[in-house]
Amino acid sequence: MNALLAIIARDIRLAFRAGGGALQAVSFFALTIVLFALAVGPNLELMSEIAAPVLWTAALLATLISLEQIYRADREDGSLDVLVETSSLLALTALAKATAHWISTGLLLTAATPVLALLLNIEGAALWPLILSLLIGAPGLSLIGSFAAALTAALPRAGLLIAIIVSPLYAPILIFGAGAASAGAAGDPQYSANLALLGASSLFAAIFSPLASAAALRFNLD
Amino acid sequence: MSDAAQFNVTLTARDLAVSRGGRVIVDGVNLVVGPGEAAVLRGPNGAGKTTLLRALAGLLAPASGEITVSAEDARIYCGVLNGGKPTLTVTENLRFWAALYGASFGPARAAFGLEPVEDRPMRELSTGYQRRLGLARLVVSGRAVWIVDEPTAGLDAASTTAFECLLAEHRARGGAAILATHEPLDAPGARTLELEQ
Repeated sequence: MNALLAIIARDIRLAFRAGGGALQAVSFFALTIVLFALAVGPNLELMSEIAAPVLWTAALLATLISLEQIYRADREDGSLDVLVETSSLLALTALAKATAHWISTGLLLTAATPVLALLLNIEGAALWPLILSLLIGAPGLSLIGSFAAALTAALPRAGLLIAIIVSPLYAPILIFGAGAASAGAAGDPQYSANLALLGASSLFAAIFSPLASAAALRFNLD
Repeated sequence: MSDAAQFNVTLTARDLAVSRGGRVIVDGVNLVVGPGEAAVLRGPNGAGKTTLLRALAGLLAPASGEITVSAEDARIYCGVLNGGKPTLTVTENLRFWAALYGASFGPARAAFGLEPVEDRPMRELSTGYQRRLGLARLVVSGRAVWIVDEPTAGLDAASTTAFECLLAEHRARGGAAILATHEPLDAPGARTLELEQ
């Protein structure tokens, strides 16, 4: 348990050090939303209709660009060997890595959302469904993404390949996440159904991703 | 170093073959390394020293043959890469390893003379200091079987001697070691295993 907490703490610390992915992801997220708000212009009605899908897409893309480094950096400096050698169960190590990634990107994006949502004309009661959907869905993004990162750990410039691998797996989370945020804002009864399906997607990722990541890492050790 | 921490672990490899990328790199390796013993792998570049070490460390599955270790979690592998994080300081790296191996890092830091650079990020250190930090992980781990690739590459004479002393101390406490090197290494009574291309 101590070792898992140490891995989470180390990865979060690395994410905020020079060259870490946390600030990159949150800047990308903010930039996308600002540019989008500028492009749509002062049409407030249109804006509030598409705000949730836009915010969710921006969060997904910001997560996507931070995935590549999850395992590749560890493989390049030899610390992946150390993690494997000290791990009692590699799937748990992979779960710790995914958790650290969620805290240093997904949770950070969720925290930045209330400010950025203002630009998209989301305020007051409409904000909570959006935050809740990100809190439930973003862990799923990190879990699925870390599996793709484990699969491509040995490949240089794996960014495009990772995008191709995760896109179909991200689709349900995007659909239910943006769906829940929109439905919640509109007072639509489909809100809770979308949230439940979003939670199910994240839970499925929480089971499948650590096991699949562990298998992929073993394969990528040589 | 207390006498309480006595190791008693034997690593045995029987008729071992290891392949990489579908090609058999080494085969027919038989090796027994018991408490207090050391084996040194020698051979030209490409002879498969690193591949064999990684297999012995349990990081690569053998193509055939078997490796048995008489205790769990007894092996530690230190490759050519030092396994530390470039943006973490020396102490942060050591503390992380100590948490992973469930040990303390103070003695290791002192043994490799890392105090003068303890607050500097690893990437700012010279090659020699980076190697010393990498080797310090062997001491941090408190594990019985050291498996080290090119232990003294990049080290100055004094640090090489320091490593040899630590190795002797480790063996005196019943530890075992398997090393691959091109350089002369003072390891009394160590067996030499020649690998051919």
